[in-house]
Amino acid sequence: MKSLYIVIVGGGNIGYYLSKALLNQGHEVLIIERDVRKCERLEDELGSCCMRGDGCETVVLNEAGLSRADALIATTSQDEDNLVSCQVAKHRFKVPRTIALVNNPNNDAIFRKLGIDATISVTNTILEHVEQEIPAHPLIHLLTMSGHMEEVVELLITKESPAVGKSIGQLKLPQDTTIALIMREGERPKIPSPDAVFKENDRIIALTTLDSEKILEKILLS
Amino acid sequence: MAAMFDAAGHKVTVLDLDAYSFRRLPPTFSGTALIGNGTDEEMLRKAGIEDASAFIALTQGDNRNVMAAQIAKHIFKVPRVICRIYDPLRKDIYEHLGLESISPTEVFADLLFNRLEKI
Repeated sequence: MKSLYIVIVGGGNIGYYLSKALLNQGHEVLIIERDVRKCERLEDELGSCCMRGDGCETVVLNEAGLSRADALIATTSQDEDNLVSCQVAKHRFKVPRTIALVNNPNNDAIFRKLGIDATISVTNTILEHVEQEIPAHPLIHLLTMSGHMEEVVELLITKESPAVGKSIGQLKLPQDTTIALIMREGERPKIPSPDAVFKENDRIIALTTLDSEKILEKILLS
Repeated sequence: MAAMFDAAGHKVTVLDLDAYSFRRLPPTFSGTALIGNGTDEEMLRKAGIEDASAFIALTQGDNRNVMAAQIAKHIFKVPRVICRIYDPLRKDIYEHLGLESISPTEVFADLLFNRLEKI
């Protein structure tokens, strides 16, 4: 495996465990942390891998050798700081991959629209698990594609669904939405043709976008 | 700023985390003063950003301003957005990205430099 150079902004809990894991995988890691005491503690534990400074400042990032970094991961508790670190990394230093932790789950979509390659919301991750483990909702988020606005969702066609008895071609699905699989009890999951007809209890795997998700839900589930 | 625009007859909404900040608004101020976070999409919507013709981010924090201004410009498509960024290097980056920004540090340094150079 290729060894990467990864810069982590924020030496809190997430920054610490993340660095530890990445170091163990053989990557080169540098943590940028504002607080002196946190820096000292990180260095005591992980060796010399911490730089004191503000991870939003061009001068600090330059000193961190950001131009040769493969990725920057911003893990502070302030969303605005994570956004700026990632944007400065991307636009000033051409870092190929920027990842931001988002504390306010609403910023998940906003940050991606503002060009951050990948965003991670702890709240949304937990919510997705709740949805998958305890399905109360007929639309389940399975996967959000990093770097895009695309996502993979699962939908259950119920008796009341307006799509029952209709074919994919008949339904006016959004342009950016693809029905990838139809899973039917006792049958092998199949990639549907445009004339495939939906039945009650079908489980559908679809590729859609954050914006079109609501429309898809309306067409298939009402 | 809010008082000036209000006095000039514009419809103004001020958003601040701290109600104490509103003490400086003149008694004649006829606009709206709202307590809330200007980087929060929902709060901005409540403040009526969807109908705004201009948005100015003026907090003490560069990053907060940058985030609020970008939300206003790219998410809500406010026609005119201006952002205060103290750090001149950061200002250059965001100007380059098309965000209209002013660095008070730069403006003030220029002003002082010009005055002193004349002596």
